[in-house]
Amino acid sequence: MTATDACATPLDRDDPAVLVAGLVKRFGGTVALDGVSFSVRPGELFGLLGPDGGGKTTLFRILTTLLLPDDGSARVLGLDTSTDLWAIRSRVGYMPGRFSLYPDLSVAENLDFFASVFGTSVEAEYDLIAPIYQQIEPFRDRRAGALSGGMKQKLALSCALVHRPDILFLDEPTTGVDAVSRREFWDLLAGLRAGGLTIAVSTPYMDEADRCDRVALIQKGRILAVDTPAGIVDRHPLPILRVATPDRYRSIQLLRSYPHAHSVYPFGESLHYTDARGDVDPAALASELRAYLDRQGVLQPEVEPIRAGIEDCFMALMDDPSLEPE
Amino acid sequence: MNRPENVSGPAPPRELRLAQIQPAIEVRSLTRRFDDFTAVDAISFDVQAGEVFGFLGANGAGKTTAIRMLIGLLAPTSGEARVAGHDVRMEADRIRRRIGYMSQRFSLYEDLTARENIRLYAGIYGLSDAAIRERTETLLNRLRLDSHGDTLVRSLPLGWRQKLAFSVAMVHEPEIVFLDEPTGGVDPITRRQFWEMIYEAAQNGTTILVTTHYMDEAEYCDRVSIMVEGRIAALGTPAELKAEFGASTIEDVFVQLARPTAEIAAGMAAGSAGTPTSRTMPSG
Amino acid sequence: MNALRGFILKEAHHILRDRQTLTILLLLPLAQVLLFGFALRTDVQNVRVAVVDAAPDYATRELRGRFDGTTVFEVVTTVPTSAALPPLFERGAIDQALVFGPRFAERLANGDAAELLVVTDATDPNTGSAMQAYATGVVQEYERELSLGRATGTRILPQVRMRFNPTLESVNLFIPGLIALVLTLVSALMSAISLSREKERGTLEVLLVSPLRPWQIIVGKVLPYLVLGVINVVTVLLAAWLVFDVPFRGSTALLFAECLLFIVTSLALGVLVAAVTSSQRTAMVGSLIALLLPTTLLSGMIFPIASMPAWLQPVSNIVPGKWFILIARGIMLKGVGLEHLWRETLVLAAITTLVLVIAVRRFDIRLESS
Repeated sequence: MTATDACATPLDRDDPAVLVAGLVKRFGGTVALDGVSFSVRPGELFGLLGPDGGGKTTLFRILTTLLLPDDGSARVLGLDTSTDLWAIRSRVGYMPGRFSLYPDLSVAENLDFFASVFGTSVEAEYDLIAPIYQQIEPFRDRRAGALSGGMKQKLALSCALVHRPDILFLDEPTTGVDAVSRREFWDLLAGLRAGGLTIAVSTPYMDEADRCDRVALIQKGRILAVDTPAGIVDRHPLPILRVATPDRYRSIQLLRSYPHAHSVYPFGESLHYTDARGDVDPAALASELRAYLDRQGVLQPEVEPIRAGIEDCFMALMDDPSLEPE
Repeated sequence: MNRPENVSGPAPPRELRLAQIQPAIEVRSLTRRFDDFTAVDAISFDVQAGEVFGFLGANGAGKTTAIRMLIGLLAPTSGEARVAGHDVRMEADRIRRRIGYMSQRFSLYEDLTARENIRLYAGIYGLSDAAIRERTETLLNRLRLDSHGDTLVRSLPLGWRQKLAFSVAMVHEPEIVFLDEPTGGVDPITRRQFWEMIYEAAQNGTTILVTTHYMDEAEYCDRVSIMVEGRIAALGTPAELKAEFGASTIEDVFVQLARPTAEIAAGMAAGSAGTPTSRTMPSG
Repeated sequence: MNALRGFILKEAHHILRDRQTLTILLLLPLAQVLLFGFALRTDVQNVRVAVVDAAPDYATRELRGRFDGTTVFEVVTTVPTSAALPPLFERGAIDQALVFGPRFAERLANGDAAELLVVTDATDPNTGSAMQAYATGVVQEYERELSLGRATGTRILPQVRMRFNPTLESVNLFIPGLIALVLTLVSALMSAISLSREKERGTLEVLLVSPLRPWQIIVGKVLPYLVLGVINVVTVLLAAWLVFDVPFRGSTALLFAECLLFIVTSLALGVLVAAVTSSQRTAMVGSLIALLLPTTLLSGMIFPIASMPAWLQPVSNIVPGKWFILIARGIMLKGVGLEHLWRETLVLAAITTLVLVIAVRRFDIRLESS
């Protein structure tokens, strides 16, 4: 799980596993990708974070040679996705966003089939897929369509791994999966990463950023930021406060009308408040707000300065185009 | 059909005033068996009027079966439930008139325009033509969709579609709205705008029941229940549950409750994943 | 090859698992044969006949009597000249007319060709051809009896307007068409559906991001349906032979070889349909309209091509079913071999190659088109 583990990879650390520059993709009148650039290092667990419709699937489809970019270039394992498709196709593992196995075939039959497609067999690759496959092996004769969401994803992951790919592209593997399975799935990815595999994962869940080495935030076809999760959080430019009151709805309205408010959003049980004055002392700001809410008759407002999370940063970046990096 | 003045007028209908006295939803030992499988096992809870109640559970925990009983689509094997004061067994028709339903996937007709969708649902619930016209325009206006009223729903951004779906579910001013996994996949800001719409509806007395298996949505609810294998394993405010289970998020609470069923995964945590073969990358 | 074997195995699993569809696919040919054989059989009754007999003699009277004596025909009027016929036909008073040539009995006795014109109301071509066939049958029967015990055969020259059906049984004509129909339904429709199902389910996305080439995916998808197609052909032929006693005059091996060619044609058409559509539903509607309809209506299976409007007749040339039906009728009913059918076979093979090439080229190696 540490950075040194990644040194086990035989890949040359100087060559990016994925190198994307100025990628543009249009579908009719809509721009799905609007000049996307980033790179993924070998052995890295790279997260692509963003809401639906942000361009994640389009990007992954270009990287897996399923779509051609309208402009810009994309290289995977040093190969051009537009011209070297057959070379890339034998070396990448891909799990599309939708469950893409055969529901009428059994677990074992699905896996055997995908092994045969790549000219190998489950037995030959067993050591690699074992940690994942063993979890679903008790159900090997069950039809894939009858598996739970979490088990389906594990089977799909096994199928994507069965030919020992050099890089894995997983498009929203945790969407529609319950919390327990979601964690297990990320544990599996951490295990694969520790084995030196390069993995690119897309997800709409901001809280999954922490499981990645680096993340790219993507929205409306544009990359908002690329950094380590900690690096992204450090970039949050404004003081941020957590406010908890018994009357959420009214407090939102009150805080929005506070003269220095930059943004007020519900955040689970509490509210997150950012102040337009970037240089104000957070502790002083907290007492200022507490006093304000008190004056407005809000009972026992709890106000404390907090560190921004990935979601706060995402919203800040969405909000203000000038905050875009580089 | 029998209360058009209620749905268009600003005054709270009589039923609503009644609902404020008694819980909006009362569930007592509600049970449903399919052959020898007990999908819902004697669950009991109340939801107060104007409350945002999260109904959580993994897929297959019994959420859907429970909800189907509450909206009168499925008869309970035993136990009782009253929704908006009506018995789910005997008065399913009345219940369906008083509730709204929004599911992330199926609520709107994507090949109809925003305006047509609103009209359709308003018509289904028996609003008068004048009320439909007026309601449609206010609604589009409030959603800032005025200029997109004649856009096909399928070409609206997901966030707008969800807000529209919620408004459509509210078009007949129901006392209780069932939301099925409402905010999956939208961007964080739109998601919060959506929750603010929910809070506003709750502020005005509407009871909101959110079913979801996304635990972070639970944090936005006033109270949550977590179903595990047909039973309610935990019930309380998010803060109470987090304190009770010593967890920092509802997701942690859920994982603690559901973990025993996922025991097979235990061997995995060691992270003994294999090593891919030594293929070297072509240079350049 | 391992990849292809795995693919075929997987496809066989799909087919065998879906018991309902499989049952339908296996029973469909049988049902079709029985349906066409019994219910849709265009055999006719109560045909009203007018006889035009300028100079009645024993032979014309005998023939008239024979027509009247069957359950099928009823001679409603006898007129001296054929000029009286058009109004009768137009009023719908008669369905058929027998026009005897001059000196009918005399010519028969001399062993000359006696002329007989059979005019049939072909408003409905099917009934028309059936009536025609029955009439010719009666005439032939009489002719056969006359020639018994004679050295020189007697000859009646029936001039008919409609297709010649030597055995009187409409079901014989239908069987080749039925094979075409069944194969279009099973091979083309099912391969189109199963290929577009991969698109719809998203499994094609995974297959595309693999080293499999389009031809491997296509061959893997359709090969099991080839087997199913052969089973269907055997079913139709067996049922035709056992239940309706349909003759097999020509080479069975040739017939099967031609059927195999047509199965490949149908599969290629199915792949083409799947390549240009994006969902199972459109693939199904597409196959029905673009493949099944022409095979049923334009191939000559039900409606004789000769009775189509002139502008439509050339169109039937691009319907593969037309060529297959010509070939199969030739082999089964006439007993002729490749020496007479090579042209039709060549056309069918050419169409098949063309469709295959287009299908493989239209098969997108990316997702750009969807």
